[in-house]
Amino acid sequence: MSGEKEIRTKIASIRNTQKITKAMEMVAASKMRRAQDRMAATRPYATKIREVIGHLAHANVEYRHPFLESREEVRGVGFIVVSTDRGLCGGLNVNLFKNVLRAMHEWRQQQVPVRLCLFGAKGTAFFKRIGGIEVVAQTSHLGDAPRLEEVIGQVKIMLDDYVEGRIDRVYLAENEFVNTMTQRPNIATLLPTPPAELETLEHYWDYLYEPGAREVLDGLLMRYIESLVYRGVMENIACEMAARMVAMKSASDNAGDLIDELQLIYNKARQASITQEISEIVGGAAAV
Amino acid sequence: MSTLQVEIVSAEHEIYSGEANWVIAPAVMGEVGIYPRHTPLITHLKPGEVRVSAVEEGEELLFFVSGGMLEVQPHQVTVLSDTAMRGADLDEAKAEEAKRRAEQALSDRKADFDEARALAELAEAAAQLRMIQKLRKTGRG
Repeated sequence: MSGEKEIRTKIASIRNTQKITKAMEMVAASKMRRAQDRMAATRPYATKIREVIGHLAHANVEYRHPFLESREEVRGVGFIVVSTDRGLCGGLNVNLFKNVLRAMHEWRQQQVPVRLCLFGAKGTAFFKRIGGIEVVAQTSHLGDAPRLEEVIGQVKIMLDDYVEGRIDRVYLAENEFVNTMTQRPNIATLLPTPPAELETLEHYWDYLYEPGAREVLDGLLMRYIESLVYRGVMENIACEMAARMVAMKSASDNAGDLIDELQLIYNKARQASITQEISEIVGGAAAV
Repeated sequence: MSTLQVEIVSAEHEIYSGEANWVIAPAVMGEVGIYPRHTPLITHLKPGEVRVSAVEEGEELLFFVSGGMLEVQPHQVTVLSDTAMRGADLDEAKAEEAKRRAEQALSDRKADFDEARALAELAEAAAQLRMIQKLRKTGRG
């Protein structure tokens, strides 16, 4: 049987690890709640902007914006992939990447080139390791409360590529927050914006446009796409925190089980050594 | 007198929502004042202040916007405020920045995301080590 002291130090070290995982669990829980609040706070803007675009799409029929028009031929595809900066969050990133790879594979089989735009250090490391995919933009270390400003540059690259015809589809890949226990990898179409998603108009009128309908629609659609991506980034953070919380909880539980087991072994070892000592004393006394 | 339903929202959060007698906003073609039953209007905003004569608070409220969009319907005013300074040049600079980061991330070996790879290699080495130890043990036993 292994030494008592060895087991004791092992128990102490596991207990320390357990303390850390417990602390991380609690931190993740509180951060998750805040991330959820922030996610909810982006909703009014997105709803409003969608309403206005819905009105515009109906009121102004002669100008068809490229974002609203679906192109038949697909010459290129863009993916915006949102991942986390740090690990220890279970299979959150891996599940998402798997889905992205599957979607990318389908396009590549049709000889359609794929361009990537990445958020988060994990995604960058992953796609760098795989190699062979064009990464046009990358942002990482956004923190827990990213600002819209940090999304603009990334989105602009994709929108420019779309307008100039290098890509004809843009997808947003991020984790969807279902509840604390469940996060679902989700790949949504950003461009072209499906008109069915936009609000339908109840009454018919036209706006006065300043400076012009075209500029107004351009500005609105760009902001709309940006707000969608921003929301995706926020949602992914909420997912990250939830996943980390669950992962850390199971780690703490496992550490507890391990400690119980070791404690049992320790007790046995201790008892065995005492028994041995007594029998030695008794044996010695008998010999005398 | 009827009132306007005013909503000021930004992509990051809701800023203000309430009833108002009138609203003054810095539109690109000049400042506009809006009373109830204004004709539907939609315009860009330039950086400046939005003034709202709030009914509930009974006073004039000031909000700074760094640009955005203004939508007016007869009894509703919506300000979609930008949180960031915008402009073709600024946006272009941000796009360049993101591009540069991508290039740097893919070429730089020392950057911190290589940590993930180093960890993977470490795990692999540790697994190999365990395997060797196991083999030794069985070889001895």
